[in-house]
Amino acid sequence: MLNELLDRAIKGDEIAIAKLLTKIEYMTEDGIHALDYLITKSGNSHVIGITGIPGAGKSTLIGGLIQEYVSRGHKVGVIVIDPSSPFTMGSFMGNRIRMQDKTLLKNVFIRSIASRGHLGGISAEALMLTEALDGLGYDRIIIETVGAGQTDTEISESVHTILVLTVPGTGDDIQALKAGIMEIGDIYIVNKADRPDADLTYNYIRFAIESSEMPFRDGWKPIVVKTIATRNEGIKELVDKIEEHREFLIRNELFKKKVLNRRMKILELMARKQLSEIVNKIIKEKDNILLKEPISISLRQIILQVKELLDKRYQNI
Amino acid sequence: MTIKRVKVLVAKLGLDGHDRGAKVVARALKDAGMEVVYTGLRQTPEQIVKAAIQEDADVIGISILSGAHLELIPKVIQLMRQNGLNDVGLIVGGVIPPEDINKLKDMGVDEVFLPGSSLKEIIDKVKKIAREKRGINVE
Repeated sequence: MLNELLDRAIKGDEIAIAKLLTKIEYMTEDGIHALDYLITKSGNSHVIGITGIPGAGKSTLIGGLIQEYVSRGHKVGVIVIDPSSPFTMGSFMGNRIRMQDKTLLKNVFIRSIASRGHLGGISAEALMLTEALDGLGYDRIIIETVGAGQTDTEISESVHTILVLTVPGTGDDIQALKAGIMEIGDIYIVNKADRPDADLTYNYIRFAIESSEMPFRDGWKPIVVKTIATRNEGIKELVDKIEEHREFLIRNELFKKKVLNRRMKILELMARKQLSEIVNKIIKEKDNILLKEPISISLRQIILQVKELLDKRYQNI
Repeated sequence: MTIKRVKVLVAKLGLDGHDRGAKVVARALKDAGMEVVYTGLRQTPEQIVKAAIQEDADVIGISILSGAHLELIPKVIQLMRQNGLNDVGLIVGGVIPPEDINKLKDMGVDEVFLPGSSLKEIIDKVKKIAREKRGINVE
């Protein structure tokens, strides 16, 4: 049954691929078996991560990238992540809207996935789907993170090329100089570049890059580009830059290293998720003093209590 | 292991630009703990079925207010059958004349919701379909 599904998926049957991805994202026994096999075939795809604030135009930009990559003869896998509700765990995923006109193109597979409790913009599940699509022969894979904030940098060890998307009007040069998301980009994109202040934003980011005395990560000096995703302007040039970065990684023997980093990241994200589930459970435990006296308790007591609870829990692991 | 969540694809079929209803339903399904993929306005039957395939959706929810349901829904059903999506639920909502409800159901639509349907009714029905057609354990 699994072998049949896997065979069909390898032959390109999209229904089989989709069902396989579901098994993998839920880590069923079959899913784990399938991924074990596919991972032996994966590691060749160039994986591109796109991050940025909600509404910056990530999904629309991906629509443009899909079109451009398909026209260059690539097989494109797209994984878009949207947030799960912290209250109901439900999710309203709307990324697909901006790329639905590309959905009927041959050699394009788009899949939405909810963040399911992962913070930081990316999830272990999304990276496992990446491994699977990679193993199935999609040679360009684009991952769209959850709309990100300043510290959502988990994508940085998960992909080959990081695109950080911003828009005019998101603040001055101080914002561009801050730690976190403005440090991780291989390519920074000022989208909606037809808006006023696009040049200012562009220059702020350029200044942040040029003023750095630190060695650049991987020895790659980040690039800044302007796009108008809704009008498909700047997309060709952007793809040229991504491909330039890809060649840079291959030339400097960093391509395989990034694949290994991605696999380490899957491990790390899964471990983190497990830990945060444990922490959540501890917090809700009935004998938890924090619940009984949240106001009158002293900070010292809280710290001691947390330490004690964690020690107790670690003994049980 | 994470429990399987019901995945619903919500789409506006054909040429009609009114999506408030579809958004309200999509949001209610999210609030009921489901994972909803909303594909937006002016979708063709091909686009909807393709998205349902790639997303491995458990249920497709189509909103249509244009009056073209008897032309367009059969195309969706035909494409679903051609692609072997026999275990995927299909619900239709919108301005549907009462006399067309049974026609749509005879074609293979699992349920039709008219204006005035309660969100609870819709949520319960989606859960029921997901349970019966996809074997998903929903509370």
